[in-house]
Amino acid sequence: MKCTKCGDTAILELRRHNAAFCTPDFLTFFRRQVAAAVRKHRMFTRDERVLVAVSGGKDSLALWDVLIEESYQTSGLYLDLGIHDYSVESKAKCEAFAAARGVPLIVSSVAEAVGAPVPVMQKVTRRPACSGCGLSKRYLMNKAALDHGFPVVATGHNLDDEAATLLGSVMQWQTDALSRQSPALPSTHRRLARRVKPLYRLSERETAAYAFLRKIDYIVEECPFARGATSIAHKEILSRMEAVSPGAKHNFLFGFLEKARAAFERSETVRLEECERCGQVTTGTICAFCRLADEVKRSS
Amino acid sequence: MKVVLRNPRREVDVAGPRRVKDVLKELRIIPETVLIIRGDELLTGDVMLDDTDTVELRPVMSGGGVGPGHLP
Repeated sequence: MKCTKCGDTAILELRRHNAAFCTPDFLTFFRRQVAAAVRKHRMFTRDERVLVAVSGGKDSLALWDVLIEESYQTSGLYLDLGIHDYSVESKAKCEAFAAARGVPLIVSSVAEAVGAPVPVMQKVTRRPACSGCGLSKRYLMNKAALDHGFPVVATGHNLDDEAATLLGSVMQWQTDALSRQSPALPSTHRRLARRVKPLYRLSERETAAYAFLRKIDYIVEECPFARGATSIAHKEILSRMEAVSPGAKHNFLFGFLEKARAAFERSETVRLEECERCGQVTTGTICAFCRLADEVKRSS
Repeated sequence: MKVVLRNPRREVDVAGPRRVKDVLKELRIIPETVLIIRGDELLTGDVMLDDTDTVELRPVMSGGGVGPGHLP
């Protein structure tokens, strides 16, 4: 197969774009997609400091690599979830990545903040591990941004992540989630950093290819707690649809963003307060993170 | 040829010569869910593999400890 751009040997076929690329042209394509996302949603400028949330996986490290290459002012944020060998290995990958490129990495421990690592949190709350983990990650990402003076947090969510989240929200008609699903969430409170997803135009196969071609040493094994998660089932369904109809995921997500999201956004208005305990943003008096920490403390 | 699969890591033997896309079809793997790696290069579906090749089918799906996506 030949590269659509230059005729050299292709290394990746992108059926949804009816294209195939050689290594240099694929890397250019990838960077241009990130640049288009940043520009279209005015995610950040080169004058702003960007906090990149990294997990040690392909997506977040690929994102950080692109932003470093494009001369953005970035720091990494690694949240240590305390998930046994998985966390030990993923933290080491992030530290090695940051050290090799001479960029700062902030490490924050979930166990220190909540009082217990994710596996203990799961037992205490008797809810799926992803529930307390997701809540803790959102809270600690925003807290780290505020503590260290970053106006914006960038995450490695890709097209597949976003399409699977959308499918999950539509299946349950979660209008609040649909109103919030966006490649760029603005700051709606002085204690809320902007959240952006510069990889939302790229599939996870494309981010995996980018990480491989850039020789990024990422953790291939995934979180043991995510096994059997509903989001994985949604991804598999979408991948089957993509196999018979290239572009299906893209059309599903981009159709929603361009044609439907605004209707849900109008229907949702929430008043944000500051948590009486920690000062972070909440819709109640005590935030969900402080309530989770209380629950962990009571059981230990 | 030797085909390396992940999550869990295992190896299967597939007779060559055969094109990458036909190997995926035989293993009932959805092409969009894996990278096809031979040494330090990525391969497209039309590449012919022979008996001496070793290829890794690396799953690309994040968010769960899963292997490649399989056809039903």
